[in-house]
Amino acid sequence: MAVEPLSSSAPNAEEDRFSRVVESAVMRALFPQDATRRAFLNSVGVSTAAAAIAQFFPIMAAKEAFAQGAAPEKKDLKIGFIPITCATPIIMAAPMGFYSKQGLNVEVVKTAGWAVIRDKTINKEYDAAHMLSPMPLAISIGAGSNPIPYTMPAVENINGQAITLSMKHKDKRDPKSWKGFKFAVPFDYSMHNYLLRYYLAENGLDPDTDVQIRAVPPPEMVANLRADNLDGFLAPDPVNQRAVYDGVGFIHILSKEIWDGHPCCAFAASKEFVTQSPNTFSALMRAIIEATAFASKDENRKQIAEAIAPANYLNQPVTVVEQVLTGTYADGLGNIKKDAKRIDFDPFPYESFAIWILTQMKRWGQIKGDIDYAGVAKQVFLATDAEKLMKQAGLTPPTPSGKTIVVMGKAFDPSKPAAYVDSFAIKRG
Amino acid sequence: MIAVGSSLNLRAALVSLVIFVLFIGAWQLGTSGKSAVATVDPEYAKLLGQSANTGKSAMPGPADVAQTIWGHLKDPFYVRGTNDKGLGIQLGFSLGRVALGYILALIVALPLGFLIGMSPLMNKALDPFIQIMKPVSPLAWMPLALYTIKDSGISAIFVIFICSLWPMLINTAFGVSSVRKEWLNVAATLEVSPLRKAFTVILPAAAPTILTGMRISIGIAWLVIVAAEMLVGGTGIGYFVWNEWNNLSITNVIVAILVIGLVGMILDQALARVARAVTYPE
Repeated sequence: MAVEPLSSSAPNAEEDRFSRVVESAVMRALFPQDATRRAFLNSVGVSTAAAAIAQFFPIMAAKEAFAQGAAPEKKDLKIGFIPITCATPIIMAAPMGFYSKQGLNVEVVKTAGWAVIRDKTINKEYDAAHMLSPMPLAISIGAGSNPIPYTMPAVENINGQAITLSMKHKDKRDPKSWKGFKFAVPFDYSMHNYLLRYYLAENGLDPDTDVQIRAVPPPEMVANLRADNLDGFLAPDPVNQRAVYDGVGFIHILSKEIWDGHPCCAFAASKEFVTQSPNTFSALMRAIIEATAFASKDENRKQIAEAIAPANYLNQPVTVVEQVLTGTYADGLGNIKKDAKRIDFDPFPYESFAIWILTQMKRWGQIKGDIDYAGVAKQVFLATDAEKLMKQAGLTPPTPSGKTIVVMGKAFDPSKPAAYVDSFAIKRG
Repeated sequence: MIAVGSSLNLRAALVSLVIFVLFIGAWQLGTSGKSAVATVDPEYAKLLGQSANTGKSAMPGPADVAQTIWGHLKDPFYVRGTNDKGLGIQLGFSLGRVALGYILALIVALPLGFLIGMSPLMNKALDPFIQIMKPVSPLAWMPLALYTIKDSGISAIFVIFICSLWPMLINTAFGVSSVRKEWLNVAATLEVSPLRKAFTVILPAAAPTILTGMRISIGIAWLVIVAAEMLVGGTGIGYFVWNEWNNLSITNVIVAILVIGLVGMILDQALARVARAVTYPE
């Protein structure tokens, strides 16, 4: 698949962008609360702030490593992915030349399942990998595996999932009538699981007793729906669109309608890789950030669909991938729907995302006992280092907060996670 | 005698052919779906697949499969990137893994089997271990292997090793222990050295039993490699099946089933030939 290399925009503009990205990333890490950050910048001025931070944080070095691309320690990298559209930035960066532009020779390797991708990354067969965003959290706190310090430097996609139901339920659009349904999600530690449970619980169904939810690998989902083993699933695309394409299911709602802007999959790497090959890591991050920026533009989506649909990557009909990425899709009931934000790409890993995920892990009994929500979120989002640096500089670390999160009309305050968990009528423990 | 034999073969071949034709006919009949159903908005129809639009069965007919096989045969060794390689290359990867794991198992099973077969003490001492390990599904070892070996390729080979080990070990031990006492007595009378006794008396005597074990093992190894590769992915015929399943391409899955069966048969027949060569009349 020959894809035209990107038209190289003015290198200066690009350097500026990287410089801004680094600067704002450092700022955000140091002052996760928008108000505090703005107050700080206003009171001392941007340049003074940068100079002050440079005292304790090597911002210039970071910028240089990031923008000028000091020679990467390791050029040949392997990155694992699961063939779903969430992995779009990671995959497309290979055929569309984002990796090679950074002097990296990246092999993107298709992997059979989440447990395998976790093990292969832990085994260092992969240098970095596509994971579900709850996974680095779960790996770090040792839920479902031994605790290994993991980092999630970037979110890959927001939105982009859907609830698909079997054609025989096309008249049962009210979730209250779903008692006894058998649902599938891709993994226990997935946004899919938490969103489906949230949606069901908000509609008065207990996801553990009123319905059955099981973890089923995405490729098996459509086959099981056809075989009547499942009534529906909350799955990553292209699985939903594929069910429509094959005439076995219809799209009930997009996950966007549950929480607009929810994170889904993540780009993850072990802490060891980040600290041992910082130049390679920043080159890789640069490629991912660029690819994500490219993917977030509507006009590029068609071209991306053609690049990632072939057998080497997603192995799906182009039209299925195109419908997912462009957001102009058949819903399976005879309507053509248009929603350009069906899937979107935004790399910033807000800590509040992590805290929300942890509250749901707690809510459904995946983690027992007391948890230090903010502490774990910081650890995985590399904020511990920033906190230490701030304390050294005599600053008080602010309480973490990122952006507003509203799930099905209910606002989430990341500074009160325990109260949030308690506020739900349906929960475990 | 010869005439009866050949006529039996001929008749068997004829019956095989009839079964084959009946099977293909039934398949063709079963998959030739209805013609187009409701006419939908062409704009909408463009977004759907054939089976959703025309009501055509998602199951491919024999002609589709034959066409796909032809496509694979024409170009079995293409490489279109890390995750898209020709069927021939995938088979090569699988056969390589099976060969490695199998040979390693052979290297361990033969000496150990001799030891167990010749020493009643070791036989009794090792028996509980063998009895517990033998019935474990080889795939159950996979998570443990991935965790300890820390390499998916070697883990797959390990799984082949562990599944081919038991039949060879047990058959070798049995073959060695059931060598006729008179032959061993003759060897003892002639004061043959233990090593020479092992190679010139016991090995030829136990060879048919050992070969039976080897034949069972290769069959199991070939069964297991497909499942193992579906699990770890990357390369191999098992990965091919998984990748095509991912694309819901039943045609390619059927092709893979045929190819797996064919290769398994060839492996089995090859060892059957060796077994015949070492058989002796008593």
